[in-house]
Amino acid sequence: MPRRDDIHKILVLGSGPIVIGQAAEFDYSGAQACKVLLEEGYEVVLVNSNPATIMTDPEFATSTYIEPLTPPSVAAVIEKERPDALLPTLGGGTALNLARALSEDGTLDRFGVELIGADYDAIRRAEDRDLFRQTVEGAGLRVPRSAIVTSMAEAERALPELGLPAIIRPGFTMGGQGGGVGRDEAEYRQIVAEGLAASPIGQVLVEESVIGWGEFELELMRDRNDNVVIVCSIENVDPMGVHTGDSVTVAPQQTLTDHQYQELRDQAIKVIRAVGVETGGSNIQFAVNPATDEIVVIEMNPRVSRSSALASKATGFPIAKIAARLAVGYALEEIDNDITRATPASFEPTIDYVVVKWPRFAFEKFPGADGRLHTAMQSVGEAMAIGRTFKQAFAKAMRSRELDVNPTAPDDLDELLRRIETPTGDRFELLMEAIRRGASDDEVCRRTMIDPWFIAEIGALARGEDPEAGFVRTYKAVDTCAAEFEAATPYFYSGWERPGPDGPRHEVRRGERPSVVILGAGPNRIGQGIEFDYCCVHAAMTVRESGRDAVMVNCNPETVSTDYDTSDRLYFEPLTLEDVLGVVGMEDPEGVIVQFGGQTPLRLARGLVEAGVPLLGTPVDSIHLAEDRPSFQALLSELGLKSPAYATAESRDGALDAAESVGYPLLVRPSYVLGGRAMEICYSREGLGSYLERTRGQNGTGTIYLDRFLENAIEIDVDALCDGSDVVIGGVMQHVEEAGVHSGDSACVLPAMSLGPDMMAQVEEATRALALRLGVIGLINIQFAVHGDDELYVIEANPRASRTVPFVSKAVGVPLAKVACRVMLGERLAEIDLDIPRYPRHVSVKEAVLPFDRFPGADSLLGPEMKSTGEVMGIAGDYPAAFGKAQAAAGARLPAGGAVFVSVTDTDKPAAAQLAAAFHDMGFEILATGGTAQAIKRMGVGVERINKLTEGSPNVVERIEAGEVALVINTPTGSGARADGWEIRRAAIAHGIPCITTMTGATAAQRAIRALREGRPEVISLQELHGERRAATT
Amino acid sequence: MSAYLLLEDGLRFDGDACAAGGPVTGEVVFNTAMAGYQESVTDPSYRGQIIVFTYPLVGNYGVSGEAMESDAVHARGVVMREGVDREDAPKAEGGWLTWLDDCGIPAISGVDTRALVRHIRDRGAMRGGIFPGDMPEAEARALVEAEPPMHGRDLAREVTPAETVVLPGDGPRIAAIDTGIKHSIIRQLRERGVHLELHPCTVTPEELLEGSPDAVFLANGPGDPAALGHIVETVRGVVGEAPVFGICLGHQLLCRAVGLETYKLQFGHRGANHPVKDLATGKIDITSQNHGFAVIGPGGERTIEGDEPVRWDTDFGVAELSHLNLYDRTVEGLVLRDVPGATVQYHPEAGPGPHDARYLFDRFIGLLEAA
Repeated sequence: MPRRDDIHKILVLGSGPIVIGQAAEFDYSGAQACKVLLEEGYEVVLVNSNPATIMTDPEFATSTYIEPLTPPSVAAVIEKERPDALLPTLGGGTALNLARALSEDGTLDRFGVELIGADYDAIRRAEDRDLFRQTVEGAGLRVPRSAIVTSMAEAERALPELGLPAIIRPGFTMGGQGGGVGRDEAEYRQIVAEGLAASPIGQVLVEESVIGWGEFELELMRDRNDNVVIVCSIENVDPMGVHTGDSVTVAPQQTLTDHQYQELRDQAIKVIRAVGVETGGSNIQFAVNPATDEIVVIEMNPRVSRSSALASKATGFPIAKIAARLAVGYALEEIDNDITRATPASFEPTIDYVVVKWPRFAFEKFPGADGRLHTAMQSVGEAMAIGRTFKQAFAKAMRSRELDVNPTAPDDLDELLRRIETPTGDRFELLMEAIRRGASDDEVCRRTMIDPWFIAEIGALARGEDPEAGFVRTYKAVDTCAAEFEAATPYFYSGWERPGPDGPRHEVRRGERPSVVILGAGPNRIGQGIEFDYCCVHAAMTVRESGRDAVMVNCNPETVSTDYDTSDRLYFEPLTLEDVLGVVGMEDPEGVIVQFGGQTPLRLARGLVEAGVPLLGTPVDSIHLAEDRPSFQALLSELGLKSPAYATAESRDGALDAAESVGYPLLVRPSYVLGGRAMEICYSREGLGSYLERTRGQNGTGTIYLDRFLENAIEIDVDALCDGSDVVIGGVMQHVEEAGVHSGDSACVLPAMSLGPDMMAQVEEATRALALRLGVIGLINIQFAVHGDDELYVIEANPRASRTVPFVSKAVGVPLAKVACRVMLGERLAEIDLDIPRYPRHVSVKEAVLPFDRFPGADSLLGPEMKSTGEVMGIAGDYPAAFGKAQAAAGARLPAGGAVFVSVTDTDKPAAAQLAAAFHDMGFEILATGGTAQAIKRMGVGVERINKLTEGSPNVVERIEAGEVALVINTPTGSGARADGWEIRRAAIAHGIPCITTMTGATAAQRAIRALREGRPEVISLQELHGERRAATT
Repeated sequence: MSAYLLLEDGLRFDGDACAAGGPVTGEVVFNTAMAGYQESVTDPSYRGQIIVFTYPLVGNYGVSGEAMESDAVHARGVVMREGVDREDAPKAEGGWLTWLDDCGIPAISGVDTRALVRHIRDRGAMRGGIFPGDMPEAEARALVEAEPPMHGRDLAREVTPAETVVLPGDGPRIAAIDTGIKHSIIRQLRERGVHLELHPCTVTPEELLEGSPDAVFLANGPGDPAALGHIVETVRGVVGEAPVFGICLGHQLLCRAVGLETYKLQFGHRGANHPVKDLATGKIDITSQNHGFAVIGPGGERTIEGDEPVRWDTDFGVAELSHLNLYDRTVEGLVLRDVPGATVQYHPEAGPGPHDARYLFDRFIGLLEAA
């Protein structure tokens, strides 16, 4: 049955901000789906709050709403747009849950919207644990045995059926508190008893342990004719017990016999049929005991997922694209395989290489997090590598991660062997070190429970065995079919092969057109997110439009940049100098673009230049000039620009002396920063002395950096374009939080609300001068601080695409990265018709999304070290409404009423009292601890004083935990572990209560709440906002 | 120890000898399945062939008795990107390379198999051989030239049993022409209670029909079906006398028996991922495939354009091409309308490969039980 003609307009939901567990893969899947639906002639209405996505580019949908992914806001879009159908399977759990909510609250029925691609009951059967269990057992398959027990007697009765070891999970405790693994009867009884006590409802789930079994995933697709294909099998190198997102995984599966694999395949097909996913993709996870052939079904995602993005990139089979076509009526056999263009999509890809995915962790950013891996995901990104053998792929994936901190192994081998028993982010490095020090493969297998096949392979790598001496780097194609058919889509990787008589047997067939190589951003990590992928994709589009071949190099499987559709040739390769030079050797490009992929390609710039590779855009010397503090300082003086005083010192006394010339308060940090804790704001000599004492002791070594801290300054971010002779300001943003909070973690607003025309002119003039002096060809981002009424300081300048480029592009309606790329390819800004409004009529707010709920041990305080994983955007006619939308989109539900808890530093007390008064006037109850309560009382505002943690029960944390607090405003008084503030913030995050840590943020929140109470802001599409301008520039 | 693969067109790939030493020659073909290496090399249909595995790692889970598709290795040699010898895998009874060596099968690893497969895809399956590194190329070339081409070759006689083998069961009685039947087929039939007689391929129609079997089964097997005129005659003698069913070579033999021709495919179908459409039901199965020859339609067509079953008259009444390979639209199945008979080109028994089409055995036995 071909395309459905009874529907015309389809609503697609994105997945919102990048958070741990839900990342760029949904931009990839959503962008594919939107593209396909437009191609099929449907009108597409898209809602996604994340501006840094390609899918929210206006040309990817008929109407694009950057609005919160909440039921009321999506309902407002539905009411306005009246779509015929809703496709919820491409936006992760967020979209699926939203669809469920809109189905349950009757919105879909009321507006006659049909759910396509998924059926409400099927979603429930897959996502509801109990229903899923029943469904799987009904299909004659097995799930882990389990029982819910509420007494020791019940626990005893459950034991014989479960066997030991058993997993004990207390009901409703935070972070698995009170749970564990019972390995023998005594331990089982003890942990159950503790669990019953820890659970507020006295309930414990005891479950058969499959820890140590092999973990496998199958990616499936089913069409309305009930044809099912397995797109890819994935085996987790880490055995059961580690979240698959945190596991090193390999595709295809390596260790099962054909017989065992076919049994998994049969079971997966039974599950998708029993659950009733009628069209689209699903992911099913299994635990397999390879010695006994036992198989249990663990879980299912009835939608595209992180694994399906991985499977698509691993095989060349575009799951999301095909899922979208299936959802509008096609059958698999009616869809062409894009890669071969000669065969239909109703087949199973077969591959002739090995794919390894490594998670990218960022524990170093969250001091206090313990670094152990378990069943809740903690990695912030991933890298994928393709090799001709497992060893090649594993080594490539390892180097693709671009670690900031290399793991250190303990000197003692016994200690090292004990460490590898627990899964951690650095376990593979440690076990390789253990093998290098002589630990046997058997020993390592026993300690880690990793399959011996993997240990043998990894062991060979660790020992430096090289059976491939004399092999050379050879570029091969990904083609879905192991070369059985000719591939039309050029998607390449390098492997090491024995050369033929005429050299390496490459498959790349370069055409006649000149090519431009774009270096991607590598794995997502904190500080380097999807924004850079967005810029790289725009660069590829622009290069193609210019008549050249766009060549993409990247290793992040989640992204749009690694979609084979994005560029003319995709090289799925690590972003190291050697790997990139390999691609350059293949391509002989007109130039390489390093400006769009964040730090990753910039790090390679110097090496590329030294190797004689032409770079496009801003010269590498300018990049380094901006980074080198003394030269940059000299340049600023030359231009008559100010920057905060700074000094460096090598010793404690040197630092104390230098501090006098810099002046207090100052920001102090060591030469390398391991998390925000090493960076502090010191207000006095005593404070600095104490900092140095704590962080270095008397005889510490290494450089200390001291920067004058501009207290209460307003931080300004500017993105601008320069072609060497002209400068165009893209946008001037004002941070909501004061200077001192990393710009990536600060909310910001465009236009800059507090800048008068004079200061605006100064900012623009300074930007112009800096961009020209640095010789920028392309983009530059400059951070300024405005101190007092008229003092402008330059904090830093980065002559490259910044994190805010997508936000600004969407706020002003001009694709800055594309314009920058055109300039880099030789066009003049004067020739490009740009109409960027200095003061847009609407207000755009960007808000950061923070992952503290994933790291229960870490403090949630904002500081100079970036911690956010993603961002959202709110657009409205005025600032409070836009801020409110941004907050809602970030998941902080600002309350309409209830109790506000306020506890602030002394300097913030006057402002806090004002703010409390405003909340009080709006009918909120005010709670505060001692000093703050006094300050508020002096304003004549009713306030309830409550105890600090140390003042006994009932205290603030207990009130938060009892659900009696709706909003927390808590500015830091120093971030000692387990200090009051820490406990308050932890409790707020654990209970999903918005927790604001700066006064400016709190003021914005108060105004947003007032705006929300006065009526819901309207939803507005980008096409409505920028329609005319877009028509003029494209 | 170094070794090399030489093709009849002169292309040479170097590698390392990793099992028995060569030299050995045969038709060089590739298989795209990602697992099931032991099943493949023991499948009698690979008689006379050197298998190139496209999946680069071969041997990961060792070898075991349950993966045997016959009592011996039938492939002449094995070509791999990386051979793995692992006898400590959970289900392994031995290591793959050690076992190949014990069976006297030459194998070569470290070969750029992807480049090799692309060459075979473009130029077609051809003769070649695996040779010790120190053997002069001229000598190797002479050996390759001496290897008879697959075209026109009767290999069924090499794999058929000398005597009839009876495998008792209490269900329907089936008489099979054993042209190299796979254990998986035997297993599927016997799991359904079949009483199975495996006859040498020289069996006469009378011997087959003796004792009125409930059906005659035509097995898979190696070689060129066009060279098996003697078996085709036997099949013509039983069609209409007893229901006839068959797989792979058996399908080609029934097709020839009703008047169709067969031809040699460019490089064959060998893998576990080919989509096959049942033209009667519209259902698509992912199938296991292993054949180098295919059936030409009644109008001389090598591919079928529409999705409607192709019908025509034969000496045995109306026949119908019932299944279609969606990769290259070649014929994958035949049904006789006026007398009981049906065959498929692919492998519903799997071993290795997906189980999607196993229902054909149920349908087959169901028909016999209903009759």
